[in-house]
Amino acid sequence: MESKEFLKLMVEQTGVSGFENPVAEVIKKAFATVADDVCTDVLGNVIARKQGEGDERISIMLAAHMDEIGMMITKIEEGGFLKFIAIGGIDQRTLVAQEVKVHGKRDVLGIIGMKPPHLLSPEEVGAAIKMQDMVIDLGLPIEQVKELVTVGDLVTVHRPFIALAGDFVAGKAMDDRAAVAVLLECLQELQKIRHKADVYAVATVQEEVGLRGALVSTYHIAPQIGIAIDVCHGEMPGVPEQDTAPMGKGPNIALGANIHPKLYERLVEVAKEHNIPYTIDPVPGPSGTDAWAMQVTRSGVPTALVSLPLRYMHTSVETLSMADVKSTGRLLAYFIASIDKSFVEGLLCY
Amino acid sequence: MLLKRLSEAFGPSGCEGEVRNILMEELAPHVKEWRRDALGNLIAVKGSAGGLRVMLAAHMDECGLMISSIDRSGLLRFRKVGGIDDRVLVSKHVIVGSKKISGVIGAKAVHLQKPDERNQIIPLSGLYIDIGAKSKEDAEKLIKIGDYVVFATEYKALSDTVVVGKSFDDRAGCAVLVEVLKDEYALDIYGAFTVQEEIGLRGAGVAAYAIEPDLAIVLEGTTCSDIPPSKEYGYCTTLGQGPAITIMDASVICDRRMIAELVRIAKDHDIPLQFKRSVTGGSDAGKINQTKAGVPVVVISVPCRYIHSPISMLNLTDFHNTIKLVKLFLKSIAEGGFVL
Repeated sequence: MESKEFLKLMVEQTGVSGFENPVAEVIKKAFATVADDVCTDVLGNVIARKQGEGDERISIMLAAHMDEIGMMITKIEEGGFLKFIAIGGIDQRTLVAQEVKVHGKRDVLGIIGMKPPHLLSPEEVGAAIKMQDMVIDLGLPIEQVKELVTVGDLVTVHRPFIALAGDFVAGKAMDDRAAVAVLLECLQELQKIRHKADVYAVATVQEEVGLRGALVSTYHIAPQIGIAIDVCHGEMPGVPEQDTAPMGKGPNIALGANIHPKLYERLVEVAKEHNIPYTIDPVPGPSGTDAWAMQVTRSGVPTALVSLPLRYMHTSVETLSMADVKSTGRLLAYFIASIDKSFVEGLLCY
Repeated sequence: MLLKRLSEAFGPSGCEGEVRNILMEELAPHVKEWRRDALGNLIAVKGSAGGLRVMLAAHMDECGLMISSIDRSGLLRFRKVGGIDDRVLVSKHVIVGSKKISGVIGAKAVHLQKPDERNQIIPLSGLYIDIGAKSKEDAEKLIKIGDYVVFATEYKALSDTVVVGKSFDDRAGCAVLVEVLKDEYALDIYGAFTVQEEIGLRGAGVAAYAIEPDLAIVLEGTTCSDIPPSKEYGYCTTLGQGPAITIMDASVICDRRMIAELVRIAKDHDIPLQFKRSVTGGSDAGKINQTKAGVPVVVISVPCRYIHSPISMLNLTDFHNTIKLVKLFLKSIAEGGFVL
């Protein structure tokens, strides 16, 4: 499947942390077209396995999280208006005047509205609207709301996939489903090239609430190498250049304590060899990604992190370049093709 | 459906062409004489009974944005057209210019913010539209400075009676006026679809000057804030409780006799009716009222939640009752049941 089409299918589907099943179904179907087998573990991680050639059993795990930030209903107010809280890191300012889907008995469309400017008092105009003061309006009488919605139901922003100029795309949950698209891109590339390693491509759950899916899936797979694919901040006004990576200039390869130095070196070598553009991401401490959990699983896993530059993270218009998705997929495939048993053994020699 | 077409049409103040075309197309079987003026007002003329000259007005324009400059990086800076609260702009999909290019208004990631930033409004100077252009030159192939921008909002039904879409202020009024103009009345009817209401009631005044009406009815999609945390006294109007009559707003004091007749008709025909319970904001009625030697006016509105934002909401029962009420009012005027 074309990765843009796959990404569209994923971001228009729901998968709030802990409730990834709807998007997991889309991913399972796509992975099944390129993997030897696909399974789901106890927490809901989707694990696709593609076996390597020969008798050297070496294994590599690629992890990209499929969960997204969202909201949860906490109360049905008089008039049928719904109060809610955030799941994951949501900027309350991105919710104003937004269309949302309440995932009740069925998906119900609603609005998080705001008072029109005509009726605002002077003291109301000076500050951001607090999430606790917002309500979801379904436009339905309370009896009907109560039939459809219960406390604990999930909410996501309604945002169809947006194709921008050139190869840029925008939408919700691009963090980190664009990286799940990288997994598919990589697996498709691996059908064309020879590789010795068994590849486990994992769409992980519950990253946004604490890297939980990566923790258990890494334990389960016990890989000899782990690579997390996530997003980093793309260059944009108002953010210092040194905190961002340029858009469309290839994967942002991390280095630092979370990253095994030899994996970093090999990734850079492979990128150079295949003329894949890349940038470097110095990560001095916690990477805040699945790589952080993978590294300390069991007796330790040599870990790397490759990121896609993305603008407006955790809004409903997260924007990125499809060229970066493709080049990151290729980089990972060529990296996997480059490793053998002696390289893996060398990772333990400090 | 007409309301859907009108809601999704591209028409910020000064750029009402697309709305104008939809209206003329829709009314072609019912209107023989059209007038257009120097500002772009569209006036449907019906009847020549030599009777009372009645002006009905609804504005075609909507609030929007306009591209003011292009950064070297290809990102677009913009200014606001009409009264848009900066807070509704963040994290939205927009449509830019006549080529209808998709863009997004993003915001700095929550991860990069200081905690107190999340309580502050992002000022207009910190916002921009990203169309995916990689440079200024790249962007210039798709858009140009001065291009208008609207929100990319699709009209949808939330239930049999409640619908959402952009710009119900005042495409709801336009749709009401279209339905009203499909009937015949023993009056000289001037159906004025006006321009530039949102930037200062600019179109209605010149339209009224040319029409010289004996009386005028302004049709609006008006504010409604019957939601928490607003207190009941601040609702302004209530969704689903019928057309709203303005007694007074910041621009006009409506004609008492016309209001009384509307109340009588509503009562006689069991049409729910409410008064607009705030005096803020203005409407085309303000300009029409003060045209030439003065014109008695009244404003009849469909209550709409969340106007001037990317998505507003109205109740179709209110909408249909507004059409019914206006038609009955015109018949009453024609029958002389009501004398100014």
